[in-house]
Amino acid sequence: MTYIGKSVKRVEDKRFLTGKGKYTDDIVLPGMTHAYMVRSPHAHARILNVNTNKAEEHPGVIAVFTGKDVAEVNGVPCGWQVDFKNGDTMKEPPHKLLVADKARHMGDAVAMVIAEDYATAKDAAELVVVDYEPLPSVTNAVDALKSGAPSVHDEAPDNRCFDWELGTDKAVVDAAFEKAHHITTLEYKNQRLVPNAIEPRSAIGHYDDTNERYTLYTSSQNPHLIRLLLCAFVLGIPEHKVRVVSPDVGGGFGSKIFHYTEEALVIWASNQIKRPIKWTAERSESFLTDAHGRDHTTKAEMAFDADGNILALRAKTIANMGAYLSTFAPAVPTWLYGTLLQGLYTTPAVHVDVTAVFTHTTAVDAYRGAGRPEATYLLERLIDTAALEMKMDPVELRRKNFIPAFDGIEQEGYTTQVALQYDSGNYQRVLDRALEMVGYKNFRREQEKARQEGRLLGIGFSTYIEACGIAPSAVVGALGARAGLFESAHVRVHPTGKVSVYTGAHSHGQGHETTFAQVVADKFGIPLEDVILEHGDSDSVAFGMGTYGSRSLAVGGSAIVKSVEKVINKGTKIAAHMLEASEADIEFAEGKWSVKGTDKSVGFGDVSLTAYVPHNYPEGLEPGMDFSSFYDPANFTYPFGAHIAVVEIDKETGKTKLERFIAVDDVGNIINPMIVEGQIHGGVAQGVGQALFEGAIYDESGTLMNGSYMDYTMPRADDLPSFEVDNAVTPCPHNPLGVKGAGEAGCIGSTPAVVNAVMDALAPYGIHDVKMPTTSERVWNIIHANGNGV
Amino acid sequence: MKIPITITVNGKKHQAEVEARTLLVYFLRENLRLTGTHVGCDTSGCGACTVLLNGKALKSCTMLAVQANGHEVTTIEGMSTNGTLHPIQDGFHQKHGLQCGFCTPGMVMTAADLLSKNANPTEDEIRHALEGNLCRCTGYHNIVASIQHAARAMNGASTTELPKSKVTTGELSMSE
Ligand code: FES
Ligand code: FES
Repeated sequence: MTYIGKSVKRVEDKRFLTGKGKYTDDIVLPGMTHAYMVRSPHAHARILNVNTNKAEEHPGVIAVFTGKDVAEVNGVPCGWQVDFKNGDTMKEPPHKLLVADKARHMGDAVAMVIAEDYATAKDAAELVVVDYEPLPSVTNAVDALKSGAPSVHDEAPDNRCFDWELGTDKAVVDAAFEKAHHITTLEYKNQRLVPNAIEPRSAIGHYDDTNERYTLYTSSQNPHLIRLLLCAFVLGIPEHKVRVVSPDVGGGFGSKIFHYTEEALVIWASNQIKRPIKWTAERSESFLTDAHGRDHTTKAEMAFDADGNILALRAKTIANMGAYLSTFAPAVPTWLYGTLLQGLYTTPAVHVDVTAVFTHTTAVDAYRGAGRPEATYLLERLIDTAALEMKMDPVELRRKNFIPAFDGIEQEGYTTQVALQYDSGNYQRVLDRALEMVGYKNFRREQEKARQEGRLLGIGFSTYIEACGIAPSAVVGALGARAGLFESAHVRVHPTGKVSVYTGAHSHGQGHETTFAQVVADKFGIPLEDVILEHGDSDSVAFGMGTYGSRSLAVGGSAIVKSVEKVINKGTKIAAHMLEASEADIEFAEGKWSVKGTDKSVGFGDVSLTAYVPHNYPEGLEPGMDFSSFYDPANFTYPFGAHIAVVEIDKETGKTKLERFIAVDDVGNIINPMIVEGQIHGGVAQGVGQALFEGAIYDESGTLMNGSYMDYTMPRADDLPSFEVDNAVTPCPHNPLGVKGAGEAGCIGSTPAVVNAVMDALAPYGIHDVKMPTTSERVWNIIHANGNGV
Repeated sequence: MKIPITITVNGKKHQAEVEARTLLVYFLRENLRLTGTHVGCDTSGCGACTVLLNGKALKSCTMLAVQANGHEVTTIEGMSTNGTLHPIQDGFHQKHGLQCGFCTPGMVMTAADLLSKNANPTEDEIRHALEGNLCRCTGYHNIVASIQHAARAMNGASTTELPKSKVTTGELSMSE
């Protein structure tokens, strides 16, 4: 192989490095206008009146729209249904494009002002007078369940969206707890995070009345799904008259999967004013309106026998959904969370119970990892805490409970207590490698010495598994998805043997233009430069389900391989004709079709040309070389890994310094190690961010207190060490590339490793838990709780 | 009221009339259509808008266009010459210092400022210099490596490469 497995430098780099990347906000259309949204400053308020007169009279203003204007337009839909335990359908209150009756979270959009330029729109927005009657609000999901709590929606007076359970018969689980030697319990909050892609969301709507077509440019991770939702559910406009383009997108991390109201608004309004409209979020709007992540309140218990074997796990989670159901929100605290609570362990009984709750906050949906980081945090914090309580080594405790290695071919996949079958795994191996890298034995000696000197040094572990390659359509359909989760690919071989590949996956930093081209170039045996990848435009790409859930290569790449095989098969027919041999005697390798055992061959370019100039051509065969395919995966893929964090805490300030971070991940086969490594680095940084720095804070009145880069702390360059990364390869047995997906691994494994390290460092203080993020203030308070520290 | 200004951007003199309140970043993006300079925030916290003003790194969202009157600005578009990447840009390419690319122009300009003052920065010095620039994609590891690579290329600097991160496609690289 010339390219697969090599750290080929990215072909997309040059445009970004020279300032020529084209993000949505960089696009200017002739006659384009600018929109600015009027948003509620209240978490919960009745809207008594909206007066737009002054704003409309402001010079340069074209139109002002309010909730009344879009009263007849549907709201944005939810794409996943989870039913109550008793079978009732989840509560799914409307999410209108602009609210007319009530604002239900700070930032809820009340009006849209459209003007000739952005500054004018913003000025005029201040002239829109909204008469609010502030109402009591609730931002904490636990409080929202209490009787008498203010209701977010009339449709769900008790704020319950749904409740849900999964796993072993609850009575069996409870019985296992009865006979346990030791039970470890943690009650904690997996705090709310703000995704913060550095490119703010942006959308341009363009209605062209010459051909009655719409174009939406949007910073989205899945343009085709946006088109489907926009056309079929919100505006009821014909899908073939709508083009959705996601050009360069500056990071997504989940937050740009969803269909947002602003996308529908700019399209709808551009038909009203017959001009293109651009809306770009200010960062403070991003904080208020990009779907947030996590926000689980959980009680988790793990039961052990005297030898440290896990007997059972039970967990109860209250999941905050925010004020509205975002596109995939119901799937996150359920099928992406509960299903991962087996972890890497042979736990014979697992039960999880989830209640999803509306609050007066920004909607919560998938954020890098989506459910899987929450599951991993639960398991890995329990294990390290249990080790501390049972005075066992956390590494030994894991080893004892690991599922033994299996390749999914010779040995069957592992069936869990929570509805999944793992494809292949070798969990001990990644942990052993990570231990070797950190020098575990020496570390404990060093730690002993540090403690004697009064220094707080700690080590923390996390061994995780995730379900990626989302997802087999029939399976997710049965679980409530209102869409299939296959992927499409189209491979067009041009007469000269150059190749265009169209994929429904979307790259917003993942480097698909390189990785996917590596696959195609190698399969065809042609130079990388001869392959170009197109994505993100519904006019050129037939269909797609987009990029999230570490699915692009496992699902989208597999679809490409299917089309590649179709090309090779057709080429075999043409080559047999050209070489006057029988098809059975033709083989394809390194860009040539040859007659087996001879030196007679024809090249990729010759066959391509013949396909388009079919003068001397197999009878009955269609001309051309152009194939599309759809690939629906047989199963999820299951990457896994071992992460180790080493921290030192400064007693004087409580500040945690992340000294080392070791990540050994197994994401199956790897096409481009450089890119995989980059994905791990970025994921680890986000996971460390949750452990040490990040978290949305609402005050009593429902105001987001830290909605800016001055107030919301994300890891900066000097907060992080250089990472120590290695990997193992256990190929995925059920897709043609043997790949599992690498986008979320870093984020899933890292958070509990860091918190476990902080707890290990603080072990001399005899505490077993600390709130995330483990800020200096929290840690300082622990150290100084009984006077002046130890 | 519009105010006349003259700003040299990437070596070219531009005369324009701008609103007093127009920020330099919007002047670059909208008047000059130099969209490589990005806007990532409204509190001067992300550094995506970083340009060089008279050779020094500056967040162009913190300055009014009128304040830049008479000064020289270099944006990411002015870094490469005749299609050849500047060594800092090349460093980012060689060391995979960018993913989505949104923070990248700001990172490159900040690095240019750093390397003009310190030809041979340590890892800590690089991380410190990048404090004002957020990247949500890379975890900074490869950005640091990119700048070290650039320092070596530009100045023969002796900074050693970050040795630790390594992903392989074979079995575990146990010997590393
Ligand atoms: S735009 Fe964020 S610092 Fe200037
Ligand atoms: S590369 Fe995406 S923010 Fe830095």
